Amino acid sequence: MKKTLSILLALILVMGVLAGCGGGGSASSSGEKPAAAATAEGEKPGDDDFLPANNIKVGFIMLHDENSTYDLNFINAAKAACEELGISEDNYLIRTNIPEGQECYDTACDLADAGCNIIFADSFGHEDFMIQAAKEFPEVQFCHATGTKAHTEGLPNYHNAFASIYEGRYLAGVAAGMKLNEMIEKGDIKEDEAKIGYVGAFTYAEVISGYTSFFLGARSMCPSATMEVTFTGSWYDETAEKEAANTLINDGCVLISQHADSMGAPTACEQAGVPDVSYNGSTISACPNTFIVSSRIDWTPYYLYAIEAVAAGEEFDVDYTGTISTGSVLLTEVNDKAAAAGTAEKIEEIKQKLENEEIYVFDTSTFTVDGKNLDSYMADVDTDANFEGDTEVISDGYFHESEKRSAPYFDLRIDGITLKDEK
Amino acid sequence: MHNKPKEALIHMSKRKALTWYQAWGIRLIAIVAALIVCAVITSITTGLNPLEVYATMFAGAFGTKRRIWILGKEVAILLCISLALTPAFRMRFWNLGGEGQILMGALGTAACMIVMGDTMPNAVLIPVCIIAAVFAGAVWALIPALCKARWNTNETLFTLMMNYVATQLVAYFVIVWEVPKGSGKIGIINQSSKAGWLPVIAGNRYLLNILCVAMLTIAMYIYLTYSKHGYEISVVGESVATARYVGIKVGWTIIRTLMLSGAICGFTGYLLVAGTDHTLTTTLAGGQGFTAVMVAWLAKFNPLGMVLSALLLIFLGRGAGEIATAFTLNQSFGDILTGIILFFIIASEFFINYQLHFRGHGHNGPDKGGSSSAPLASGRAPEGETDSANSKEKREDPANV
Repeated sequence: MKKTLSILLALILVMGVLAGCGGGGSASSSGEKPAAAATAEGEKPGDDDFLPANNIKVGFIMLHDENSTYDLNFINAAKAACEELGISEDNYLIRTNIPEGQECYDTACDLADAGCNIIFADSFGHEDFMIQAAKEFPEVQFCHATGTKAHTEGLPNYHNAFASIYEGRYLAGVAAGMKLNEMIEKGDIKEDEAKIGYVGAFTYAEVISGYTSFFLGARSMCPSATMEVTFTGSWYDETAEKEAANTLINDGCVLISQHADSMGAPTACEQAGVPDVSYNGSTISACPNTFIVSSRIDWTPYYLYAIEAVAAGEEFDVDYTGTISTGSVLLTEVNDKAAAAGTAEKIEEIKQKLENEEIYVFDTSTFTVDGKNLDSYMADVDTDANFEGDTEVISDGYFHESEKRSAPYFDLRIDGITLKDEK
Repeated sequence: MHNKPKEALIHMSKRKALTWYQAWGIRLIAIVAALIVCAVITSITTGLNPLEVYATMFAGAFGTKRRIWILGKEVAILLCISLALTPAFRMRFWNLGGEGQILMGALGTAACMIVMGDTMPNAVLIPVCIIAAVFAGAVWALIPALCKARWNTNETLFTLMMNYVATQLVAYFVIVWEVPKGSGKIGIINQSSKAGWLPVIAGNRYLLNILCVAMLTIAMYIYLTYSKHGYEISVVGESVATARYVGIKVGWTIIRTLMLSGAICGFTGYLLVAGTDHTLTTTLAGGQGFTAVMVAWLAKFNPLGMVLSALLLIFLGRGAGEIATAFTLNQSFGDILTGIILFFIIASEFFINYQLHFRGHGHNGPDKGGSSSAPLASGRAPEGETDSANSKEKREDPANV
């Protein structure tokens, strides 16, 4: 009897607490009106050619949510750009976890229905579905990051964007080369042991361009540097990336860098005590002893550029390449604990030279392919089924990366880099 | 005070069948209770007004004409997979390989569209794609079925493992057909020629998919309820020994039913590739091969009931996505609400089948199985049937409703 009574009393108590909280919660929320109903209403964009910034609505499509470093970089940029332009929370919509399939088309059209004037997507596989939506909504601007088709598609409202991230990689490579020099001077390694390990996602031009520019940056500081590359076959696979980094370390690589989106390689380096040059953002909090520096693309300048153009009713680039000068290519703070002395100053010096075009990343005198210097190369710039080279990209003594289109197309296999596998 | 033997504080017993309005009354109470709990959690964790959150969920699923069509398309796909799993489940063959069978169907379709895209007219290509998809899906289910029929292997593990093989096969062919090279993506297949694409009827690109699945639903209902095959499936599910005794070829029934199950999964893959997505990725099925298991169970393997349970799950999913956007919350918050609502709905099925008795309430005495233990709550259960009936009827559970 007693037990039953006590259970009953406990139940009543719980009910009371729950009811109390419920009441309190709804009371507090009625004060601040959340940005709910506006999206459901679906106001159509006005017919006016000119839209002031406060009358503009922006949509963002993200492959994953903020748990992925890649998407987080886009989400942060989206929020920063909208804040800077004074676009209120009701007027920008971020759709996360949109797969690279019909859902992307559905979501893009749904955002257009909701009155968005400009819609951005962040993942390579979204491209065809964005084009499909762009054809259906000619009055709405569709912008796709990392894509390759806008310059040949002939749609005035479909845009690609990327950044000359190879310049950032080159600068990060400079930091890596200085670290190698420091290790040689200290006697930790011999000159011919200066081998870099690189964890890539796919044998794709974007990745090849990235590791080659990184390597050239390192070799500009440490002439005896070599590099070994392995691929995981996935843009995000923590286990595979970690294993790949460990394999490279066991192969005698004394410094690691990566182009894949998880924390796999950086944490493997921290555990093994091997210095790491990171990507997409700083990994210093997880790797305080081994993180040197990281390059990343800041999408904020592009978002500002595109949204401002739409707000002013102006046309804007169908294919946009952000650079160091536009603030699209960034390097994080150098971690003095892991980096060689004077790294930050050296990066600043080389950065100036790149901006002033005193030096070029893909200077054809600095690398060879099969033992020969190149003076001509036809790259596959216009996407077609045969992957045939269609555009001459070497002139004036350097490879013109990201100039013929925004997405990277440097896919040469230069001497000094060995690939362990291909994916 | 008590000089009788100690009695459990709570014990449960099987109910007699409830009338339809009593059963739906319990379900309604469960949904209302779920909404209240969700409201409380929403208020505590986010400080938002729960009613606005619910309104947003509703708008996310039904807010515009386009959203209703998308909802219809997604319900059709999920329902189609559930229909595929049902005959196997009725037979107590736990086909957890829906995911892989869909991918194989999708792979078959994509292969035909890519390789034969410009060699034949659509009127020929479409049937060729369908045959390839249905065949590929059926083979993927046939392999575990043969092993089950011949060596009595564990079908749950076997079908589950086949999913991974299918995923890797698709990953391989994505690399073979990728555009541009190295990107690991196929993109939209035949985007300019539309070869192999299902036609758009009545101006809507999802209508044909929905109609196909609607017809399939009715056909599956008739097949399971009125055909000899449907009867054989039920008997094998109830008792293999009985099935043998009455002369049903158990091995053949298993193989035949699984091929049907795999074939419909393959057809779902066809609808995804030729009907809506027009691409092939390893995540094309998106875990729906497993969600469909829940859809089928919630509807107790009744194809018509599955329309409702599929609608509920898709509605919750679409609503959750809209909450994430409208209130700039993480998608996980919507998933938490979905989880709570599903939990209550599944629990309501328990209360429809069983009732609880508290010590000192509802029992005149401890005399189990005796003459005086009629539960007070309903008063309708004949005396003495409660506990003995319980253990027996529990085993018959899903298929007999």
